[in-house]
Amino acid sequence: MKQPLLDMRGIIKSFSGVRALNGVSIQLDPGEALSICGENGSGKSTLMKVLSGVWPFGSYEGEIYFEGNLVKASSIRDTEALGIVIIHQELALVKELTVLENIFLGNELGSFARLNDEEMHRRTSELLARVKLDVLPDTPIRDLGVGQQQLVEIAKALNKNVKLLILDEPTSSLTTTEIEILLNIVSELKQQGIACIYISHKLEEVLALSNWVTVIRDGDHIDTRSAENLTQNDIISMMVGRELDELFPREEHDIGDVILKVNHATAKQAGASRAQVEDVSFELRQGEILGIAGLIGSGRTELMQCLYGSYDGNYEAEVELHGESLAIRSQRTALEAGIAMVPEDRKRHGIVPIMSVGRNITLSVLSQYSSWFGAINEDQESQDIDNYIAQLKVKTASSELSIKNLSGGNQQKAIIAKCLLTHPKILILDEPTRGIDVGAKYEIYKLMFALVKQGMSIIMVSSELSEVIGISDRVLVMHEGRLKGQFDHQGLTQEMIMNCAIKEDTANV
Amino acid sequence: MFKTIKTSQLQLFAMLAAMLLIVVFFSFATDGAFVSPRNISNLIRQTAIVGVLAIGMVFVIISAEIDLSVGSMMGLLGGIAAILDVWFHFPILLTVLITVVSGLVLGLFNGWWVAYQKVPSFIVTLAGMLAFRGILVGLTDGATVAPTSSSLAIVGQSYIPSGWGISVVALLCLGLVARVYTRRQARQKHGVENQSAKFEYAKATIAVSVLMGLLFILESYRGIPTPILIMGGLILIATYVAKRTSFGRRVYAIGGNIEATRMSGVNVERTKMLVFGFNGMMVAVAALILTSRLGAGSPAAGNMAELDAIAACVIGGTSLAGGVGAVFGAIMGALIMASLDNGMSMLDVPTFWQLIVKGMILLLAVWLDVKTKKAQ
Repeated sequence: MKQPLLDMRGIIKSFSGVRALNGVSIQLDPGEALSICGENGSGKSTLMKVLSGVWPFGSYEGEIYFEGNLVKASSIRDTEALGIVIIHQELALVKELTVLENIFLGNELGSFARLNDEEMHRRTSELLARVKLDVLPDTPIRDLGVGQQQLVEIAKALNKNVKLLILDEPTSSLTTTEIEILLNIVSELKQQGIACIYISHKLEEVLALSNWVTVIRDGDHIDTRSAENLTQNDIISMMVGRELDELFPREEHDIGDVILKVNHATAKQAGASRAQVEDVSFELRQGEILGIAGLIGSGRTELMQCLYGSYDGNYEAEVELHGESLAIRSQRTALEAGIAMVPEDRKRHGIVPIMSVGRNITLSVLSQYSSWFGAINEDQESQDIDNYIAQLKVKTASSELSIKNLSGGNQQKAIIAKCLLTHPKILILDEPTRGIDVGAKYEIYKLMFALVKQGMSIIMVSSELSEVIGISDRVLVMHEGRLKGQFDHQGLTQEMIMNCAIKEDTANV
Repeated sequence: MFKTIKTSQLQLFAMLAAMLLIVVFFSFATDGAFVSPRNISNLIRQTAIVGVLAIGMVFVIISAEIDLSVGSMMGLLGGIAAILDVWFHFPILLTVLITVVSGLVLGLFNGWWVAYQKVPSFIVTLAGMLAFRGILVGLTDGATVAPTSSSLAIVGQSYIPSGWGISVVALLCLGLVARVYTRRQARQKHGVENQSAKFEYAKATIAVSVLMGLLFILESYRGIPTPILIMGGLILIATYVAKRTSFGRRVYAIGGNIEATRMSGVNVERTKMLVFGFNGMMVAVAALILTSRLGAGSPAAGNMAELDAIAACVIGGTSLAGGVGAVFGAIMGALIMASLDNGMSMLDVPTFWQLIVKGMILLLAVWLDVKTKKAQ
């Protein structure tokens, strides 16, 4: 039998004891395309990092053969030299440089002192023609749209004599026409004998483009099937296929009247062509846990940022809290109104790493302990810190330990404590259990139910579908900035959410 | 003043060791003249100006910003004080008040540009460095404003009567011990592990004996210099503000992670502006001491003083990345710098060598800091 271009055998990759990949094998011939599908966090990116050399040879188990030779890459440069090029979701072009300069960045032709501009110009024009991009080589990247930039990335890859092109969610920020152009280019590259690995949530594209579809779930290689005769539903059921286990300690609680109404929430970055949140309206009841699902980039987080006043672009929303309209312009107004948020990015937005656990907990409510000139009543402060550390079971040697020394789960609990100290009526949890061990997860779920029983309302954004279903009373699904579906938790399955979150057509609403 | 965090203690000991080394070295090199009461009195008087500047600067750096305008601002404020005193014969209290308020306004001006207009502090204060100096030269026509009145001389040149000095220091020592005791009690109550009593009280005893020794030496010369008393008072206030007020807490938080602090509902813009305002007031105090000591307002006064203040903070363990630092450390840094200046001058080391040595010490201090942090 002929040797495949790429042969990854039984790849296993662990992070501090947790297996992110558990024996994944894929094979690919020249001119073929293989798509990798899986939920957020299923291990797709880790697999690509292993393949592209971000995780060097020796840091994983299993073997990678490329053109029949064992790959022992120690960095991305090594795999690029072999002809494996990865194009990331976030483009890696230098915005201030021209198309030509970007394509030849780090591989400039000519000597150190004198660049061979003529030759580079000629080659760039050739490459641009190959990817059917009709711009001059001297155009600065910032003047190009995202789709065009994507094509420049491909041209850059072609310049490196690419044999295997990896596209990581290339179309997540493209318009329909741009997607079509991109798909055409990839098909042509296939005909020229270039293999392609395609990572996308957009199953239509996956089916249109690929010869093979590999599904990964929780690091396990579920199956690799020929794309012929495969349907979107087949892929979805392979992606989610897990039973809802007893991880979710659902407790009965009463749900009261509507306390929060959000109408026509819209959020857009300055200068962006597409709004990140577009005309979203929803209601929240007292004592309710409202789940918000959707793919990354669907606008979930941005919607929450609008509610908490932390969105960094232009946003508008008619917010009514307890029947009174409320203009949320900053985090301060949100907190004063009784809305607290545990942010998605714990390191960036959650903790002040070098400060102690205790001081992180009281950061939002310092004025509660302060005299008229700001002196902190340390006795009162320590009392609250002690109480909340005990109540939320934050495991720390001392409240004076730097919070950076705590595990993710305990950091998260400390951040929740910080929010609870403000005595919120509405608590927003954005990915509350991301990167947290099972035990801490369980405790956080328990806490959520305890809080709603006391009459608090919770909005939970989560990528983990089982969590969304297992915890929420009601689930909203977002898709490309819009609210696409609304479900009661009873009878809700992961397939229903996935269908709603992925497919273009509006079903199940 | 210091919590149980290991690094900060290591830093404290390193600084004390460096200080001790410098004292021992210069004492031998100068046949004991370095530790004569007269010289020690001079030395710590020299420390006063950079020390007061460092008190303000340390807050700026903890909040992860920088202020390069401090030297020019000190010149300008000193010039204003001299003009009010020499040209208009304002009473001393009014002169002090107007100077301090001017400092506050200039600082808030810097802070407003940094916090609300989001112009990097490096640029804002670089602009201030140029502009403030320009205003000073314009106001004074480039000439020295002199001589200042005898009442203004009190600020920078006088000494505290010995009875007063002794009681102030005694009170300070009592306060120090009381603070150690109450903090231990509070920590015990909340079940936080205390350091061993022996260790903490030994520390307090050392601090008390250093204060007492210093008092003894100063009294055997002319008494406690007024600028040192002013600096001492400001150290206490600033330490209190940094460690025990919500404002200080927020400054550390902003330097540690500004995004998380904003997400916690802290008004980071206002806090930052106030930091610069506070710094401006400290600059005003330093300016008053400077003008009083020189007996004149000079258009070149305070040139490059910002670099001394920044160096003092950095040598004292303040991280330019923000979030880490202490007033006491910055003062120690200022003292180390002043000792080097003073000692080398006594040894008749040429000025160019003094600059080279100071530069090397700064580099060394930060290098050691980086190394120890990495080792952890």
